[in-house]
Amino acid sequence: MANGTNSGNGKTTLGERLAGVGDRIQGSEAWESIFRPGSPFRKGYTDSPRNRSYVVMNNVLYHLHAVKVKRHGVRLSYTLCLGGLTFFMFIVLTITGIFLMFYYRPTSPEAYVDIAALSTDVAFGQLVRNLHRWGAHLMVITVFLHMTRVFYHGAYKPPREFNWVVGVVLLFLTLLLSFTGYLLPWDQLALWAVTVGTNMGGYTPVFGDQVSFVLLGGIQVGGPTLLRFYVLHVLALPFIIVIFMSVHFWRVRKDGGISGPL
Amino acid sequence: MAEIPEHLLRRSAEAKAKALGVPVEQLMTEFLGEAAPAAATAAEPVASPASTATTTAPAAPVIPEGVRTQRMLTVVRAKAIQGAPREPSDKVSTWPHLLAIEFVALLVALGLLIVFSVYQDAPLLELANPNEQPNPSKAPWYFLGLQELLSYFDPQVAGVLIPGLGLAGLALIPYVDRNRSIRPADRKFAIMMFTFFVMAAAILTILGSFYRGPGFNFTFPWRDGIFFDL
Repeated sequence: MANGTNSGNGKTTLGERLAGVGDRIQGSEAWESIFRPGSPFRKGYTDSPRNRSYVVMNNVLYHLHAVKVKRHGVRLSYTLCLGGLTFFMFIVLTITGIFLMFYYRPTSPEAYVDIAALSTDVAFGQLVRNLHRWGAHLMVITVFLHMTRVFYHGAYKPPREFNWVVGVVLLFLTLLLSFTGYLLPWDQLALWAVTVGTNMGGYTPVFGDQVSFVLLGGIQVGGPTLLRFYVLHVLALPFIIVIFMSVHFWRVRKDGGISGPL
Repeated sequence: MAEIPEHLLRRSAEAKAKALGVPVEQLMTEFLGEAAPAAATAAEPVASPASTATTTAPAAPVIPEGVRTQRMLTVVRAKAIQGAPREPSDKVSTWPHLLAIEFVALLVALGLLIVFSVYQDAPLLELANPNEQPNPSKAPWYFLGLQELLSYFDPQVAGVLIPGLGLAGLALIPYVDRNRSIRPADRKFAIMMFTFFVMAAAILTILGSFYRGPGFNFTFPWRDGIFFDL
């Protein structure tokens, strides 16, 4: 290091060398190409109003948050972060779900065997399955609580009417995702819970039998149902829900950010 | 100096004529008379005869060589395009105020979820067997309110009509509730209705979850145990 500060004996200490390496990495072209101007990870970040704006504006975050938000909306007691936590649960479920897919075959006896093997043969298998299951229940709860919060704040009123409708669709999709996932362990609990649930769909007047047949891929819950629910659970429904979530988040900002103050 | 297009001059003259109440043609000749010498020779300002009855065209100023000049065609009042009312708002920077809170909330939620998952395993009963129905068999917990309704109403009502109307009604709330105020004091009826339905759904779900035993008959959880799996 040519111009580094040296300690008394003319040699650079290890700490100085490490600091120099850190500086050089942070100052490198590659680093600066990743972290855009204003990023707190960039060299020489200072806390200024301009940089505070850049953190959001020069970042993928700008798709979620405006540079400035209403002061009352930042209070934890206003939103309780419920919408954000719902989205976070969705991310947790996606990550743990991908992990589970590595070990799972959606066929009649193997599905159960694979799930049972998670707790014995797979490192952290049981923990990830627990995270996935409890996270799914938690997501249903946070969606519901988010909806009640929005209602009690009157946040569905103009101009946010349509976003409430999108939210109801998201609630329905969340329930469907949870319900299709419920069958996948292929144990007695899964089989009969889904049987009871899908029987209700069969009561639809006029075309009830057809609805039931399409849902189950047969006249009762069996191998074809498992495959059908699996494809819905890991591919079709996540695809649809991501589209609706994008619209939901986009509308939150287009409709003027958070509602209120009361 | 660039030539001003004829149609722009005419538009300007029409507007001015309308404002002053004088004929358009008179203003047009005035404009052209003003522009023509400046454009043609750009030398001597032509002194207009003072004998003209109407207003005389002012002498075009002498423009030194190599100086660019601009001509003002019209004045648009600032109010018309910048008049968006700027309401005073009380805002804070998303970074760090909101993002810090969201990040902490996310960590706390993840922490609680992990701790719960370490100590509580997800249920796994024996292999699915279509020939042996457990008693009772219950739907997932969020459908247990509906299953509870099934024991009071016809399946077509409890299984299709009520959830269908419920979901449609939920989606239609913003179009039914025409009250614009968001103050809780102004929306007592809406809050009362919503609370009523939420409470009804919660009570039905709790009944279906904990107070229904074998044959989906009524039981007390403290007497016969809990017939409920998550």
